[in-house]
Amino acid sequence: MRAAPARVVRLAAEDDWDGWRDAARRLLAARVAPDAIVWQARESADDLFAAGGNDLPPEPQLELRVPRAFPALAKSALLHKDSERFALLYRLLWQVTEHPGLLNDHADPLVRRVELMAKAVRRDIHKMHAFVRFREVEVLVEEGAEGHTRFVAWFEPEHHIIRATAGFFVRRFAQMAWSILTPELSVHWDGEVLSESIGADRSQAPSGDPLEDMWKAYYAAIFNPARLKIGAMTKEMPRKYWKNLPEAQLIAPLIAGAQAREATMVAQHVAPDERGISLQGLAEEAQECRRCPLWKGTNGCVFGEGPGDAKLMIVGEQPGDEEDKAHRPFVGPAGGVLDRALTQAGVERSAVYLTNAVKHFKFEMRGKRRIHQKPDTSEIEACRWWLDQEIRLVRPRTVLMLGATAVRGVTGKAATIGKMRGSPLHLPQGDGLVTWHPSYILRLPDKDAADRAYGNLVEDLSLALEKSREH
Amino acid sequence: MSLKEKLEVLADAAKYDASCASSGTAKRDSLKGGIGSTEGMGICHAYAPDGRCISLLKILLTNYCQFDCHYCINRKSSSVRRAAFTVDEVVDLTIGFYRRNYIEGLFLSSGIIRNSDHTMEQLVLVARKLREDHGFKGYIHLKTIPDADPEIVAQAGLWADRVSINIELPTTSALTRLAPDKSEKRITGAMAEMKTSILEAKEASRKFKYAPRFAPAGQSTQMIVGADAATDVQIIDRASSLYQGYKMRRVYYSAFSPIPDASAVLPLQRPPLMREHRLYQSDWLLRFYGYEPFDIQDAAENGMLPLDIDPKLAWALKFRSAFPVDVNRAERERLLRVPGLGVKAVKTILATRRYRQLRLDDVARLTQSIAKVRPFIVTLDWRPTLLIDRADLRRLVAPVEKQLELFAG
Repeated sequence: MRAAPARVVRLAAEDDWDGWRDAARRLLAARVAPDAIVWQARESADDLFAAGGNDLPPEPQLELRVPRAFPALAKSALLHKDSERFALLYRLLWQVTEHPGLLNDHADPLVRRVELMAKAVRRDIHKMHAFVRFREVEVLVEEGAEGHTRFVAWFEPEHHIIRATAGFFVRRFAQMAWSILTPELSVHWDGEVLSESIGADRSQAPSGDPLEDMWKAYYAAIFNPARLKIGAMTKEMPRKYWKNLPEAQLIAPLIAGAQAREATMVAQHVAPDERGISLQGLAEEAQECRRCPLWKGTNGCVFGEGPGDAKLMIVGEQPGDEEDKAHRPFVGPAGGVLDRALTQAGVERSAVYLTNAVKHFKFEMRGKRRIHQKPDTSEIEACRWWLDQEIRLVRPRTVLMLGATAVRGVTGKAATIGKMRGSPLHLPQGDGLVTWHPSYILRLPDKDAADRAYGNLVEDLSLALEKSREH
Repeated sequence: MSLKEKLEVLADAAKYDASCASSGTAKRDSLKGGIGSTEGMGICHAYAPDGRCISLLKILLTNYCQFDCHYCINRKSSSVRRAAFTVDEVVDLTIGFYRRNYIEGLFLSSGIIRNSDHTMEQLVLVARKLREDHGFKGYIHLKTIPDADPEIVAQAGLWADRVSINIELPTTSALTRLAPDKSEKRITGAMAEMKTSILEAKEASRKFKYAPRFAPAGQSTQMIVGADAATDVQIIDRASSLYQGYKMRRVYYSAFSPIPDASAVLPLQRPPLMREHRLYQSDWLLRFYGYEPFDIQDAAENGMLPLDIDPKLAWALKFRSAFPVDVNRAERERLLRVPGLGVKAVKTILATRRYRQLRLDDVARLTQSIAKVRPFIVTLDWRPTLLIDRADLRRLVAPVEKQLELFAG
């Protein structure tokens, strides 16, 4: 079968909805198949083939019935820059008249394609509403006469949306005189009438505005350098728009300066004499902590104690039965061992900040007794929020970690004490040292082993004291 | 101090308020006079490199303040530079920016000067002058001052599209510690009064065409995340009760960020920005996907949501027996639980399946990423037989870590 000779339909403009609709109605009524039509938009005003010169079938007698969703969808999609859009829409119209439910079938490739085109156009329109920037100019009507103010913008839309957006700017700036110049078409509003002229180029638009500096100052000041999210910005304000946005010139320098600005903010430290007050506040708030379930059944949170500007911090595992009752760290049997070792190593307890990796007593009821249980990783992790802040506030030169739980609390990593003893860790805050937990020493059944471990503890305390005096 | 310097100081002081919405208010235009329009949809006129939308001129009237809230850059004891706008300066700046299409309107807040009533009166005066002297039809968001006379606060609702008062911190204990001059009771009391006024005005406008509008875009609030020990689950519980108790339009979550000249009692490290994002995602699940706070709790581990995957996916990985979901049969509620299917995609699937039995290709056309959806659905030609039981499913569906985009120049 031979294809019918192609029939060329020329529309008056790239966004000629009325022309397309009229032609489509006639062609459809005459059953001219989609493949037999070549659609074109007239390129410029002086095109020889003016609209109306089309050899179209007569106006149909009967009103064409299409689903209600079709005109809205087609009207948007028709503004798309894709040169196939007129043909695609006619093809869709052709199919819709045969299957009226087709538009509900969003998985149909043609329906989907047209929907995505319409979506792209709607987005372009929305972005034009957002990114047009007017500049104020004085217009002299004639020599010597009083000038009037006009607001002129230069914009480069992606699709053929100028006429479609003009109404928005009329409703918004009805009492202003304004012009929007684009490469394809320019629109002008004088306060009463909307008029059009041919496309312009950037050099015809004004190059500055008295308030633009204020706007840039605002843009720079409202930006929070402590939270860079460049991807989130470019997703909504793609680079293609930047060249016509005066504030976009600031983006690169703002990003470049941001990390440095945040670093200075974070590097600020709390003055030593204020640290005590801050720790007090933290300790009070920690009483309400519900970050893990360990608070249940305890007498409260056992927070760290000691001077806010201590040079040495000792971190244990968790409070035990007696600590929980007394609300103070290291007052039970293990605390006794620690006290003894501190004295032997020449460390004054009152000069040390003492705390635990986990701040609530974890136990299991056995009869009437509360038996100590090791905290698990998630509990240590939950409690790091507090330990981190204690370390950051006190800023000790040396942190001595007693046992694996303390190491995990301070560093976030698993540890084997036997292997790590003796070699200092580099913590962001200073030196880290690792040693046995006093309760481990208490639990060792072998007296010799316990004595050896106790000796290690005293050595490590001395080393920690020495380290904390360095620098 | 020049006007530009004032703007720099007072915009800098306002930037810790996350809200910048300009949507959901009454429709207006300036065809009969004045300037401006609102058409329902909010417009973001620019985006800053912090990823936040710039829709409104967001400034403080002044950053002098009598309060000493520790998380706030403008607290009394801070050494930050101070400035104050006059009412007319704010009005002129708003109109000047608006004419150039830089903004949708104004979001005005203030430090407490002299007393709460005086401060609130000044805010109301700016809004009234914009509306009455300039016929301003754009968007106005006023922050209300908790202790101000309810009469004056009520006036704010008459001129503004939206009013807000910040709950500030998710737990009462943290509020006591970090904002000693504020009281939760007064904050929620003001919210309750605002809710009543908004509902009464709505009721009246149904009966009388010319009943005065009252904050047609409702009220919103903000919670600071990461300045106290509250967990994600505590935060979401709190948000949920704010939505229900005070008919909030929006609850904003603002990851606590380090401020210059920080107070002694603040945590010095900021929470990951991703945490804020996960909270917003959970908030969306509550409002649009039919999730309840206990679902969020289920998705969380020890009260905290995972940072590497979104809360919906986290929930799905925990409740694998709820999957796969047959896209050709399942009801809306179950489709909404499928990771990777948004509200819109579910709506399209429901419409489309009346016309055809969906195949995997069809679903692919309707969603952003079929790879994410595939393990959780059944289509005419697809059944994820083993996938849903695989131990390493999380690794298969979790997003690949991307390098931070580096910037040239």
